[in-house]
Amino acid sequence: MIRPRGSLAAPEPEAPAIELREVTKKYPGSPPVTALDGVSVRISRGEMVAVVGPSGSGKSTMLHVMGTLDNPTSGSVLIEGVDTSVLDDNSLAAIRGRRVGFVFQRFFLLAGVPVVDNVANGLLYAGVARAQRREAAEAVLARVGLGARMWHQPEQLSGGETQRVAVARALVHDPAFVLADEPTGNLDSAASQSLMDLFASLHGEGRTIVVITHNESIASGLPRRLKILDGRLEQDTGAPAP
Amino acid sequence: MAPVTPSRLRPWEAVRVGLRSLAARKLRSVLSALGIAIGIASLVGVLGLSESSKSALLDQISALGTNLLTIEAGTGFGAGDAALPEAAVARVGRVATVEAASAVYSIDAGAYRNDLVPADLTGGIQVFGTSPSLVRTLNGSVAHGSFLTEATRVYPAAVVGSVAAERLGIRSLDPPVMLYVGGRWVEVQGVLEPFALAADLDRAVLVGDAAAERFYDVELAPSRMYLRVDEDYLDETRDVLGATVDPENPEEVQISRPSDLLEAQAAAESSFTGLFLGLGAVALLVGGIGIANVMVIGVVERRGEIGLRRAIGATRAHIRRQFLTEALTLAFLGGTCGVLLGVAVTYGYSVVQGWRVIIPSVALAGGFAAALAIGAVAGLYPAIRAARVSPTEALRSS
Repeated sequence: MIRPRGSLAAPEPEAPAIELREVTKKYPGSPPVTALDGVSVRISRGEMVAVVGPSGSGKSTMLHVMGTLDNPTSGSVLIEGVDTSVLDDNSLAAIRGRRVGFVFQRFFLLAGVPVVDNVANGLLYAGVARAQRREAAEAVLARVGLGARMWHQPEQLSGGETQRVAVARALVHDPAFVLADEPTGNLDSAASQSLMDLFASLHGEGRTIVVITHNESIASGLPRRLKILDGRLEQDTGAPAP
Repeated sequence: MAPVTPSRLRPWEAVRVGLRSLAARKLRSVLSALGIAIGIASLVGVLGLSESSKSALLDQISALGTNLLTIEAGTGFGAGDAALPEAAVARVGRVATVEAASAVYSIDAGAYRNDLVPADLTGGIQVFGTSPSLVRTLNGSVAHGSFLTEATRVYPAAVVGSVAAERLGIRSLDPPVMLYVGGRWVEVQGVLEPFALAADLDRAVLVGDAAAERFYDVELAPSRMYLRVDEDYLDETRDVLGATVDPENPEEVQISRPSDLLEAQAAAESSFTGLFLGLGAVALLVGGIGIANVMVIGVVERRGEIGLRRAIGATRAHIRRQFLTEALTLAFLGGTCGVLLGVAVTYGYSVVQGWRVIIPSVALAGGFAAALAIGAVAGLYPAIRAARVSPTEALRSS
């Protein structure tokens, strides 16, 4: 589907959630780095996928490319059937702001801003009025079990709670996909397990979830695993039979 | 599924985001706004103070009148005893555009507190004879006592200039004060306020012209004349005065206009204003560089935040606008404080100086405009840099 540059994407209902076609990403420099090397993968709606691989293998780059934070050097990325290479910065930002929720290893909460407003910030660029943003934030904080922490400062929370706030921020605009980059990297095992349980229940709600992880036991608990090595897709366990 | 609606950030949301970021770095924000505040305060203060002092000076000039002329005998080659002809006062009085004329006649004598003071300790005090009209012609006034009158002009009575009174130690005329002037005791009738347009009379002791003739053998040849002339014909009058005063040697008559000095003073103050405005502009520039510096550091420090904002839907333009808003907000806060500070300084100093407080609206509007312009310029480069930050790099950097 080709649309003129600048128009906004109308998702196609039957298309896979995310599709990478021969995606290559090279970073210039000396020496230049090939972070992704001809990766093709389709992720259907409602799948829950683990991405595994050693440090520097290109996992984060793949996640960023999937979420339109970064453009591939060659190949194409289709989000719900829409080829992102024809979209301008505005439309890509709109996809990130409406359809994608990002969770990062380093939580990136704004210091000095209460939890509820950190979460409400997830809707900041969606043109939603402040009162509604807060309302949505309160609802999603209750959903992740932090209803009692709304007016705390991020510094007052434990690591696990902080990451839940970040997840709530990723969910506040009700995204179709959640892309998580090592979300358990800074958490202890109990907090990690509890966060993965939260992801599982989000998956249960029908969201598409992609989680990068180092943790073998977490990866093995997920229905589908992609293994990345030196920018190549080394192994794909494939979507489980329905 | 409906098409995705574009990202947007309402302007007031951008301001709120900017304010929050500034509030999170209070000390840094305050310090960088302070640079702008000092620059703006100095601009507003310089403009306000120069206007206030100039208006005070102009008030003074108009109160004194710009139609006063002083006539003296030339002191050039062949000028003789530097006195004007005896008939000069009468002749000048017949010029239609001359509204008032008074003369002073130099008396070669010293004025002393008593007859025991050595004659060479004159204290720089001159003695003149004059008519009772002098104080009106000069718009002068008496601090104590009274000026010479038709009655006292013939008696050994004197009026003392403000500086002369101080040098002679005259603080009050009760009990009556006698001075020893030219070998004769005279009684002080009054002490004068300073003359703005005839400062040399402040150092003088004045006796009546008739008394001068009678007791000191003075020929009534004026050593100086003070004239009030019709302001509309000031130049024309000035042109005919030389020949009127001394038809034989009109070129030796010196005519001056004392208010020209005050006007020159006002002009001199204006040229200083230019210099101080330049210094204020430099302060403002340094303040702007301070903001730019803080913003550039902020871009580097806040890469994570920039990456996150891009991840939650901000466009490059949103990031650019946010940083520009922060710079403008800093400049606005600095500008507001600067204007207030400048007004306060102007107000305080003017009140202390007894001037009318004048704060030119161009200083207020210009101060704000300059602050915002500096903020915009200072914020532009950091904002463009912030928008160029690659979100993946920003989110990866640890």
